[in-house]
Amino acid sequence: MKLSEILSLLEGTLVSEHADWDLEIGKVAAADLMSDVLAFADPESVLVTGLVNPQVVITADMADIVGIIFVRGKVPPPETVAVAREERIPLIITSYTMFEACGRLYQAGLKAVDLES
Amino acid sequence: MSKVSQVTRLQELVYELEIAEVMTRDFLSVTPQMTMREFKEFLQEHRFSGAPVMEDGELVGIISIEDLIEALAAGELGCLVEAKMTRDPVVLKANDLVVRSVDYFGRFGYGRFPVVDDQGAIVGVLTKGDITRGLLRKLEVEYHQEEIRRARVNHIFDDVSSDHTSISLRYDVEARNFERGGRASRSIKRALKRFGLPRQIVRRAAIATYEAEMNVVIHADDPGGVITAEIQPDQIVIEAIDMGPGIPDIDLAMQRGFSTAPDWIREMGFGAGMGLKNIDRCADRMELLSPHGTRTTLRIVIYMDER
Repeated sequence: MKLSEILSLLEGTLVSEHADWDLEIGKVAAADLMSDVLAFADPESVLVTGLVNPQVVITADMADIVGIIFVRGKVPPPETVAVAREERIPLIITSYTMFEACGRLYQAGLKAVDLES
Repeated sequence: MSKVSQVTRLQELVYELEIAEVMTRDFLSVTPQMTMREFKEFLQEHRFSGAPVMEDGELVGIISIEDLIEALAAGELGCLVEAKMTRDPVVLKANDLVVRSVDYFGRFGYGRFPVVDDQGAIVGVLTKGDITRGLLRKLEVEYHQEEIRRARVNHIFDDVSSDHTSISLRYDVEARNFERGGRASRSIKRALKRFGLPRQIVRRAAIATYEAEMNVVIHADDPGGVITAEIQPDQIVIEAIDMGPGIPDIDLAMQRGFSTAPDWIREMGFGAGMGLKNIDRCADRMELLSPHGTRTTLRIVIYMDER
C-alpha cells in the first residue's frame, strides 16, 4: 500500500516536510514502548504511536522505519518535527484512536511486523 | 560504468536539470536599429549563428544567420534588424526542465531560444551546445563525487597500512538529558552508512548503540558517560562507559522486564527493562562489566560478515 493511501485511509495530515507518497508500505508496528519498536519493528514498516517526543523519531530512524503516524490527533512538538526533517521521515497525524487507526490499516490489507524469537 | 547506464543517466539528467542550470547567462544581444551589415559583422566577430534582439532591456525579437542569408540574397544588407527579425519569439522558462527544451528544438527547428523568468524578463539564451555542455558538466561532477565516495568507503582499510587499523568515534553523553539522547547513535549510524556497510549491520549497530546510549542517559550518575565506536576492518566495537552508580546484580538487570527506570522515563516510552536484551539480540558479542558496583562498561561487538 502506498503512503498516500495510508494518509487517506486515516484521514491524516502530514506535519513534516518530506513524504514520498509512492513509497510502498507492507507492515505496521504499533507501540508506545520504544524498546518494543527497536526489538520488533521491521525495516520499511510504519510506526503507529501515541507518543510524540523526539526520541520516537530517533527510534524510528535507528530501526529503519519509514514513516510515523501519531494517533488521537496528538501534534508533535517542533523538536520532534526537526529530527524528522533531518532524517527525512514523514510524520502523519490522525484523529483516530490507536485501535481504530490500526483496525483501518489492517482491514485495508496491511500486516503486522514479524515477531522474532 | 557501462555504456547502457551512461545513456540512461543522460536521459535521467534531461529530466532532472533545469534550463537555468545549463543556459548561457552572459549572452550578447543586438538592437533593432542595427543594420543587417552590422549584424553580419557581429556574427563574424563572435562566431554566433544568431542573437536575441533587445530594446531598453526588453526582448523584442530574435534574429539568426538564416535571416542574414535572406537579406544577402535580396541585397538588403542596409535594412534594419527590426525589419528582418522574428517578432514575439518562442521562449523557454528558466525553471522548465531541459527535456522541454529538447522537445522545442525538435518541434520548432530553431538554433536558440531566449530564456525568461517567471516575470517574462530575459535571463539567458539556450542553444543545443549549452545543453550538451551542461549535461557533460553534470556527469563530470557526479563522476568525481563517485570517485571520492569510492576512495573513502571501499579502500580506506586497504590503502592505509598498519598493524591494527581502525577508525574511532567518541561522544559524550549527558546524564538525564533526554532531549540530547540519541545524538551519538545517530552520528554513528550515519558514519557506518557512510562507510558503505551492509544495511543489516548498520541497523543492528544503530539499535544496540541507541539502547546503550539511552541507558547512560537514564541511569548514569552526573555528568554522564561516553560512547565510543571503533570501526575495524572485520568488526565494529561499541562501548558505553559511565562512572556510576553501577549495576549491583547484572543477572537481574539482564532479565526481560526488570528495570529501575523512573516514571518520567517510562512515560517517554523507555525504561521497560528490555534495552539490554535488545542489545544482546543485535550484538554478535556483548559484555557487561560493573565491578564493585561503581562504573559500568558495556561492550558491544558486531562482526562485519552478516550473520
